[in-house]
Amino acid sequence: MSDAKIKVSIKNLYKIFGTDPQSYLEAVKQGLSKTDLKEKHNHVLGLKDINVDMREGEITVIMGLSGSGKSTLIRHLNRLIEPTDGQILVDGEDVLAYNDDKLRKLRQSRMSMVFQKFALLPHRTVLDNAGMAPRVRGEQKATIDQEARKWLDRVGLKGFENSYPHQLSGGMQQRVGLARALTSNAPIMLMDEAFSALDPLIRTSMQDLLLELQTDLHKTIIFITHDLDEALKLADHLVILKDGYVVQQGEPQHILLNPNDPYIEDFVADINRARVLRVGSIMTDADHATNEPDGVVQTRDTLESVIALAGGDTNKAYRVEEDGKTVGHLEMRDLVRALVRPHAPVDGVRAS
Amino acid sequence: MATYDFLFNALGLREWCNAHAGEKITGLAALLKKTKGESNAWHETPFPSLNALNDACGAIPRSGDFTRMLETGFLNIRGGLKLVLDPLTQPLSWMLDGALTLFGAIPWFILVPLLLIAALLVSRSVQIVIFMIISFAILLFVDHFEMTVETLSIISVCTVICVVVGLPIGIAMSKSDRVQNAIIPVLDMLQTLPTFVYLIPLIFLFSITEPKLYGIAIILYAIVPVVRLTNLGIRLVDRDVKEAADAFGMSDMQKLLGVEIPLALPNIMAGVNQTIMMSLAMVVIASLVSAPGLGERVLQGINNNELGVGFIAGFGIVLIAIILDRVTKAALSRVNAAHH
Repeated sequence: MSDAKIKVSIKNLYKIFGTDPQSYLEAVKQGLSKTDLKEKHNHVLGLKDINVDMREGEITVIMGLSGSGKSTLIRHLNRLIEPTDGQILVDGEDVLAYNDDKLRKLRQSRMSMVFQKFALLPHRTVLDNAGMAPRVRGEQKATIDQEARKWLDRVGLKGFENSYPHQLSGGMQQRVGLARALTSNAPIMLMDEAFSALDPLIRTSMQDLLLELQTDLHKTIIFITHDLDEALKLADHLVILKDGYVVQQGEPQHILLNPNDPYIEDFVADINRARVLRVGSIMTDADHATNEPDGVVQTRDTLESVIALAGGDTNKAYRVEEDGKTVGHLEMRDLVRALVRPHAPVDGVRAS
Repeated sequence: MATYDFLFNALGLREWCNAHAGEKITGLAALLKKTKGESNAWHETPFPSLNALNDACGAIPRSGDFTRMLETGFLNIRGGLKLVLDPLTQPLSWMLDGALTLFGAIPWFILVPLLLIAALLVSRSVQIVIFMIISFAILLFVDHFEMTVETLSIISVCTVICVVVGLPIGIAMSKSDRVQNAIIPVLDMLQTLPTFVYLIPLIFLFSITEPKLYGIAIILYAIVPVVRLTNLGIRLVDRDVKEAADAFGMSDMQKLLGVEIPLALPNIMAGVNQTIMMSLAMVVIASLVSAPGLGERVLQGINNNELGVGFIAGFGIVLIAIILDRVTKAALSRVNAAHH
């Protein structure tokens, strides 16, 4: 959808867990299944032939159920886990070729990380926690504190600088986690189920905070989640993982409308489509307009907001604009048709 | 006729036995047997031990010969061991002597306030300080303060060495399963070996007048908890926090000093507390090998059957034990409070 430059690229990545992964690599490449590998050779296939390009300034969401390998995958990017085979390119450089020193430099200043369980230092104050990355880099205390204060302020934690993490609620602790990642000033942010441990309301407000920050900062964010709603809300590029391989990837709206696998149809079936689908995904060309439009809508508008605008009247039609220019036409009848969800497939996940 | 004659006859070793037979030493058991008369009842068949085999064949050594052999062997390597261990352990003697002289030289009216201030700084508890004042008053009143100071000097030197040596060992164990598996049996042995037993090789190695003799005994006995709990504490540090340290590019040293040791501190402090208590226990036993202090008086009480002497000294040890335990526990709970 965009032609931004590719910031992080994963090529043909394989990960096999066990005592001697290399010797089964060839067999896995030839198509040895995950179950056979486990039962016959007692090795676990973590990731299989992963190819993902992550563009600069975009949020790439990797979604999958537990055990799908998503947390393993994100840990390959900063090499907290070493791959069995494949390439990881950051700014075109192969991270796997880095020595310890270069790898530390990468983690210190080019990639920051936010964790599901926050992972703050319990014996340091909020301010010290936020300043972790520059402190590791060995910068001056005064500049570290200034930078940390700035970001704590930005995530809404002004006044809590001298508290300790255990004195804060889960949502506030994760704000510290976010401030810590932002203080590092790294262009790439890895977020490992960052909001999964939070209450639904707090989760929503953290998602809004992240999107708001992103409009200013344009970081390259790699976000892991098991929640499709969250994925659809945040993703510019969505990657769906299952049992260690990529089932489908692409623009989220496209995946929602064209699921190519029963597994994804299953996922998609439960979604409130009116809230997720946007006008831009279902509009027709402007010259197909049969009715005189009753009003103007934006491509980014959700279908829900259009229904509200039409007052539920299915006879209406709208002109679609983007950045002030007419780009398409929307019939309410088409809109209603798009809301009908495909049936959950009988051979899908929930059938078993 | 001995029980196992048939064995040597059957193997055709009879002549070899007779040729090599040493002087026949008749043990007490054999003498008894002789007076009762030869008996070959089946339930009296002896286990083929060295002594039983020696009865049948003089060329086989008796058990007593075996222990003597061990002793000779140890005496033979003693010179070499001393050559290596003596200079290595000499600083320990100096430190113990130095501490004993230094604390002994400070007059009581300066030393007591110093100890009280130190305890107040570490524990931040007025109750403990009041208890210390009462305890010191009692000990001063019955003229046991000097010995108390000797005991305290020995404990402090030994505890410092235990921490300085034990901490790095514990850290090394936490970093490598192989190191851990190699060291745990040694720790188990040090902990289960009866304390008197490892005084034995030390007495052979060093002169009984040297302070390092009891110093080594105390350190070997008391170092175990600080090593174990350092290892455990670092291994128990939250995996997520360790991962975050890695993810932000900390070096191993930054991670150790900035994350692992601070988070393991409650466990490490618990280890130090145990180490202090164990060195106090050992300093009493070490009076057998001329360690000065309250233990000496306890020993005197036992040896001379002087109930009062032993009782007062024992009471003094209990007071020190309570003081040391409470002060370190108070410090420990302060560390815990800072963490949670």
